[in-house]
Amino acid sequence: MTPQVSDNRVPRRRSAVPAIGWMAAAAAPLVFMALFFVYPVLTVVADGLGGLVEVLGRSAIRGVLWFTLWQAAASTALTLAVGIPAAAMLARLKPRTRRIVRAVITVPFVLPTVVVAGAFNATFDRFGLDSGALSLHHTVWAILAAHVFFNYAVVVRTVGSWWAGLDGRNADAAAVLGATPARAFAHVTWPLLRPAVAAAAAVTFLFSFTSFGVILILGGPARATVETEIYRYAITRLDFATASALALCQLVAVAALVVLAGVAERRRAVARRAPGRTAPRRRRGVIVPNAVVAVLLLGVPIGSLVERAFATGDGYGLANFAALGERVQMLPATALAALWHSLGFAALAMAIATVVGVLASIVVVGGRTRAAMAERGSAWLRRVLDAGMTLPLGVSAVTVGLGMLLALDTPPFDFRTVWWIIPVAHALVGMPFVVRTLVPTLRSIDDRLREAAAVLGSSPLRTRREVDVPIASRAVAVGAAFAFAVSLGEFGATAFLPRRPDTLTAPLALFRLLGTPGETLQGQAMALAVVLMAATALSVLVIEGLRRTDESLF
Amino acid sequence: MTTHRVRRSYRIAVAAAATMLLVAACGGDDDLPETDFPAPTPETDEPASAAPATTTTEPSIEGTTVTLITHDSFNLSDGTLEEFTAQTGVTVELLEVGDAGTLVAEAILTKDAPLGDVLFGIDNTFLQRGLDAGIFERYESPALADVPEDLQIDRRHRVTPVDYGDVCVNYWKDAVPWEPVTLDELTFPEFADQLVVQHPETSSPGLAFLLATIAAFGDGWEQFWTDLRANGVTVTAGWEDAYYGEFVAGGGDRSMVVSYASSPPAEVIFADPPTDVAPTGVITESCYRQIEFAGILTGTDNEAGARALIDFMLSETWQNDVPLNMFVYPVIESATLPPEFVEHTAVPPHPLMLDPAEVEANRDAWTERWVEIVLR
Repeated sequence: MTPQVSDNRVPRRRSAVPAIGWMAAAAAPLVFMALFFVYPVLTVVADGLGGLVEVLGRSAIRGVLWFTLWQAAASTALTLAVGIPAAAMLARLKPRTRRIVRAVITVPFVLPTVVVAGAFNATFDRFGLDSGALSLHHTVWAILAAHVFFNYAVVVRTVGSWWAGLDGRNADAAAVLGATPARAFAHVTWPLLRPAVAAAAAVTFLFSFTSFGVILILGGPARATVETEIYRYAITRLDFATASALALCQLVAVAALVVLAGVAERRRAVARRAPGRTAPRRRRGVIVPNAVVAVLLLGVPIGSLVERAFATGDGYGLANFAALGERVQMLPATALAALWHSLGFAALAMAIATVVGVLASIVVVGGRTRAAMAERGSAWLRRVLDAGMTLPLGVSAVTVGLGMLLALDTPPFDFRTVWWIIPVAHALVGMPFVVRTLVPTLRSIDDRLREAAAVLGSSPLRTRREVDVPIASRAVAVGAAFAFAVSLGEFGATAFLPRRPDTLTAPLALFRLLGTPGETLQGQAMALAVVLMAATALSVLVIEGLRRTDESLF
Repeated sequence: MTTHRVRRSYRIAVAAAATMLLVAACGGDDDLPETDFPAPTPETDEPASAAPATTTTEPSIEGTTVTLITHDSFNLSDGTLEEFTAQTGVTVELLEVGDAGTLVAEAILTKDAPLGDVLFGIDNTFLQRGLDAGIFERYESPALADVPEDLQIDRRHRVTPVDYGDVCVNYWKDAVPWEPVTLDELTFPEFADQLVVQHPETSSPGLAFLLATIAAFGDGWEQFWTDLRANGVTVTAGWEDAYYGEFVAGGGDRSMVVSYASSPPAEVIFADPPTDVAPTGVITESCYRQIEFAGILTGTDNEAGARALIDFMLSETWQNDVPLNMFVYPVIESATLPPEFVEHTAVPPHPLMLDPAEVEANRDAWTERWVEIVLR
């Protein structure tokens, strides 16, 4: 997986035609990103700059910033505490079992945030934790629990895969020399694990910091983070200046976090493992308690959700699912229609994200592997794209939604109320996944393969078809499936776009249903959540089926 | 789902007394606030768009659909909207958008491509925000002739009054140490962790109650809410989560809730098993007057149908139906109040009310301050 260093390669001559194709390939993602991402986000930045100092001066805002930070830190600490032992378990499983376990624990990570919130509501309801002394309803504990549920997979997968790749003989040697298991861990294993733990912690912190749906639903009005405040100021108070200033804060904070995460990532890449590894030995003492924790942590909310979905007044049945086809007054369309919309949008978002993401990846990778033969003029283009394509990762969906709301409402870019703005927004949120899976794969293709093909007389086009395409297609499929899953559950950006009967998405419908008391509506909410969960879980299983390596996605 | 939606206030008086009640609400016969909003322009007294009485029978609207966007608490008897369809040939498509505050914000955000043709459920606390945003078309319904002038706050007839009521703190009689009668008691240790209120930015009863405390305490309102917070007040986004989620009536564990003066009769009317005594009471000193309006949304593509619906809202069919469905008073003087509605309702002797202009000028600052005091 090390990027190929190819700067000293002999330049090859290129005709003018590929150069034009090259520019076209770069232009499509550039225009798309400029119009639907850069322009809206810059609008937010411009609107936010003016009031930034004043907004930061308000004590309530500082309180919100503080809560955002500490809940993210607490979520990260708790997730690490639960996840690292589980990573030890994952590392000790047989490869085939590891694959299955990894796929299963990844499901919560891609579940739509509104579904996770629904699952926790169901759990509180099922176990009587929604009122009384032990009430978790609208508490910070509910938020933290949901964040652990969500990010468990991040820690377990990142650290676990890394751990499995460590040379177990080091710890064995320490044991032979008389070290206790604790000492061997502290002095041998832990220093080697640290880069992976740091990377996982950074990602968990980032996700908890920008968490939106979970906090909105589980936290209630009193638990506000920067994300939920952006929403409140923009949508409830119609105070776009404050919302933009907050989004700007968020942007800066997240950018700083992404840089930090990048540093951790690079260190991890440096500390790459040696070949000829021996995985840590399997120990029942590690596997059993962690399996119990995993089943409780992941199984109870999902189990409660499913149980509530099938529960009818007097037993179990499909009544709640049947009710999805009947329109309730608080939704502009039936929940079933919302599901169809979501599936359609997800397919479209996937197509957009894949086309734009693939073109962008090709241009980005071209910058590395063919740097020498590229025209000087297009080098900046690659750098811009390289940075630009990963930017949406660092910009929260809420900021994207706010930007579209603010920027795309005047001709000629009056797109706020057209239906396709929703799949476009979803594609923006999903595209980094395509780029992030595809770019490393393209970079990992040994240039010597291409050269061999060229030496054997194949044209550049043929080389691409015979070498690049087969290797990259699997990565494209993984990225596409991710974009699909992301769109299916997207809530943050969509929440800012008008909900019309023909564009109501399933997560928005679920949000409305969850917010309204009454048994019938809650039953319908649970049923809708289960269907959404099944659809996203299916995409994850497809992804896991397609992935070949232990590589971490995060 | 809970089958009834209790809302709004109630008075023993009949609709004909509405004018007098409003006067009482404001503390004097002679200084009835020109609830008329500020900035009267030359067009103020111009008659609004002509509204021939034949609107409802206009043949051209037959077979069309009018989308009515409203709040979560909207409710009518089965058949009421169907009667409108029978009379006019116009079908009503209902869309409940959220709480009253959310409804107004959403209507403003979607102004260029409105979600519906008619909006029902904007009240005097949120009204000016909607008027300022220009989301309503002017229309003076001929049926307004039967509505007291004082309820017609918007003299330019961009909105039409449809019902009114009082927002008050309710308590569950069996769950309180004694039946409170003043706002101050809410801060007593005996009532710790007992009150649930709604967020004034998203919920109209929540805003009405905040305004009630401002009307009652003046500058002391901030201290009152500081004390309420110390005493464990909890906040929900909307009325339904408060009444049916946190309050004892819905299985919650809080004995006091911001609701309506007419919630107790609703508890009686929907009681199972039947009862003659309301399980809840009202702190009449906490009551704030609310008037609810409907308006035609600019950009509607069925203006004739929308006008017909506004006219229908002031018909006896609609007006007689609202007391037991939304627990509010009808605005037309010829409406009849159901006896059970009259019988079980507490009467606030002096409902609180602030000058709408003052509300508009300060609402955003007040709610922001309230968020700081209560939630942060």
